[in-house]
Amino acid sequence: MDNNRIDQIIDKHQGEASSLIQVLLEIQSENNWLPKEALERVAEKLQVPFTRIQHIATFYKAFSLVPKGRHQIHVCMGTACHVRGAPRVLDTVQGLTGIKPGETDLDLKFSLETVNCLGCCALGPVMKVDEKTHGKMAPAETANVLKNYE
Amino acid sequence: MARLNSPEELEKFRQELLSKRDPNTPCISVCAGAGCVASGANEVIAAFKAEIEKQGLQADVDTKGTGCPGFCERGPVVVIYPEEICYLQVKPEDVTEIVSQTIKEKKVVDRLVYADTTTGEKATHESDIPFYKNQERNLLGSNIKIDPKSIDDYLAIGGYSALAKVLSRMSGEEVLGEVKKSNLRGRGGGGFPTGRKWEESRNAPDEIKYVIVNADEGDPGAFMDRALLEGNPHSILEGLIIGGYAVGAHEGFIYVRQEYPLAVENVTIAIKQAEAYGLLGKNILGSGFDFTVKVHQGAGAFVCGESSALMTALEGKAGEPRPKYIHTAVKGVWDHPSVLNNVETWANVPLIINKGADWFTQFGTERSKGTKIFSLVGKINNTGLVEVPMGITLKDIIYKIGGGIPGGKRFKAVQTGGPSGGCIPEKLSDLEVGYDELTKAGSMMGSGGMIVLDEDTCMVDVARYFLDFLTDESCGKCVPCREGIRQMLKILTNITKGKGETGDIELLEELAEVAKEAALCALGKSAPNPILSTLKYFRDEYEAHIKEKRCPALSCKELIAYHIDPEKCKACMICLRKCPASAITGGKNKIHIIDQEKCTKCGTCLEACPPRFGAVHKISGEPVPAPIPEDARTIIRKSR
Repeated sequence: MDNNRIDQIIDKHQGEASSLIQVLLEIQSENNWLPKEALERVAEKLQVPFTRIQHIATFYKAFSLVPKGRHQIHVCMGTACHVRGAPRVLDTVQGLTGIKPGETDLDLKFSLETVNCLGCCALGPVMKVDEKTHGKMAPAETANVLKNYE
Repeated sequence: MARLNSPEELEKFRQELLSKRDPNTPCISVCAGAGCVASGANEVIAAFKAEIEKQGLQADVDTKGTGCPGFCERGPVVVIYPEEICYLQVKPEDVTEIVSQTIKEKKVVDRLVYADTTTGEKATHESDIPFYKNQERNLLGSNIKIDPKSIDDYLAIGGYSALAKVLSRMSGEEVLGEVKKSNLRGRGGGGFPTGRKWEESRNAPDEIKYVIVNADEGDPGAFMDRALLEGNPHSILEGLIIGGYAVGAHEGFIYVRQEYPLAVENVTIAIKQAEAYGLLGKNILGSGFDFTVKVHQGAGAFVCGESSALMTALEGKAGEPRPKYIHTAVKGVWDHPSVLNNVETWANVPLIINKGADWFTQFGTERSKGTKIFSLVGKINNTGLVEVPMGITLKDIIYKIGGGIPGGKRFKAVQTGGPSGGCIPEKLSDLEVGYDELTKAGSMMGSGGMIVLDEDTCMVDVARYFLDFLTDESCGKCVPCREGIRQMLKILTNITKGKGETGDIELLEELAEVAKEAALCALGKSAPNPILSTLKYFRDEYEAHIKEKRCPALSCKELIAYHIDPEKCKACMICLRKCPASAITGGKNKIHIIDQEKCTKCGTCLEACPPRFGAVHKISGEPVPAPIPEDARTIIRKSR
């Protein structure tokens, strides 16, 4: 991510330090992760100590300090999904991808995260891959879904 | 669009809108809420639009994606106006038939209407479906009628008339008086009287004040705020502007979690539209009142649902709570008086202003007035959002609206209030739902999550689940929460793994007491609730785990085993083929055996075994029977 783009994002928020979280969210959503250089640029432009940026980048779940895979798997572990068997789905995904929640595989194919409710409780257990939500998951269906991603 | 400069201009514009809209024009409303979208609503909307165009009906039929009406279980939901015919689980393939039959011929497509799962009785209209019939949908009722991205749709159903009334005919004091009289209590969980909070801010001596919408809906299994913000964003905005007027604030924030992209999108559009119409900004409707709103996206931290943490996050910092010796209503964002209310609370405000406090107080109980939206999820037939008057019994919600427990299982408990709440057992199902009633039963109202649990749910595991969630979400600022929750989780995990020891329950109770008394914010103070309420009603389950190493609900993975009954196994190979761990041995005529070493306890075999055989069993607290000897495994089938 080049500095010009970062500057544009910061300018959009009128360069206010109180917009720090909003600025980081935009960088995260465009770039998929927060490279150190980008954070340094933000610190310099907004005149915020780098430690505070690190505090925020590690405090909130939306931010990643490492590159992410091509496909984001989100397994919902919300209560409704949990009582309907979400742990089994997560076990299967972990087995198939070889990664644990928070990790990305070596080929940068999948990143796995758990989330605490996608709000589609009627379809639980739910798994979201990129933007597509897959409902009523069981171990066998989970494998079928993941097969379709390259 | 020109600005509306007075309440009269708003009213005139509304009449113009209505005169252009013929109530008899057919309108196809498709729920475009997150639940239905996950079930394929966008494809259905696209199919309707294509079909209408193909038939050359664009001028005669409206098609729109609307807010969520709540019946997620049977999504995508389609309602055809003016007849209000409700079709459920509609697929793109059904669209041609609906257009040709219902739109053109005015006939009902029978197979798509609601049919009761047990009696088979059909219901064509939304209002006849038992799920809706037993609700009181003051807030959610409008969702299916409007396109959330259209301010004109909201104006057409009377939107912003409460704002016009307030600005032209009421003083801030009078607005406050009406809200106080309505006894509206905060819908986010605590149930603090809204009017009192407003008054405190109004009386605070400070020029700058803020009003804030808390849309950081973090409770797992709760999504009513999202449905409101996605489905009817203008109603929240209207409530917020009225609140700003009442307390004397000129700036508002909407704190919405970034996990709700559609809510962010719709509310951002709504703000732009309201600004263009002069309903936000300088000199609103010519009244001299200025008010602006900013959207702040939350970056994913459960604790930010807590008022002081949310305000810290608004300031652009890590959202850690602050001690509240002085209420945030007096000293909040940047130390200015800040009124923070939940989405649903704000949504009630325009209704109270328009229809009056007396109308509002006719719903509900003595101390809990109005309606409340619950998200009814878990082991329940009709998953979805339900809006009911306070004081309705749990039983009525679960059976009359929710349609009972699927699969003929036994209802065991209902978990309310999210991670800060607790479990209410079946024997208390006559309990009337209200703030104080739920608190007395050891749970709480919370934001309105209602997770139904059946006999297969282990209560120790439910407590462990919530503590696991809270360990992750504790911000770490205070020790009783950070360390206390961690230790409680450790003990609970041990218990569910069969490593529980005598004395664990007492230790849990002791730790719970400390966290309850000494934690800084509501997250830590209420964190022990899941443990305390399950201990109160299900102590025997804890004891079974600890003493007998048995999980009575047959749920805890480490304490159960799957076993194939050799007497019942017909060697059909189904489970053997499906087992993802290849843990089942056997053959075409050879009784199957599960290799307990390889078994991952995923339960696939139990689901795969045909019910007429019913050979796979789950066992707990007893040793797995030894596999039958090799020579006894062959089945000799009689040829007919």
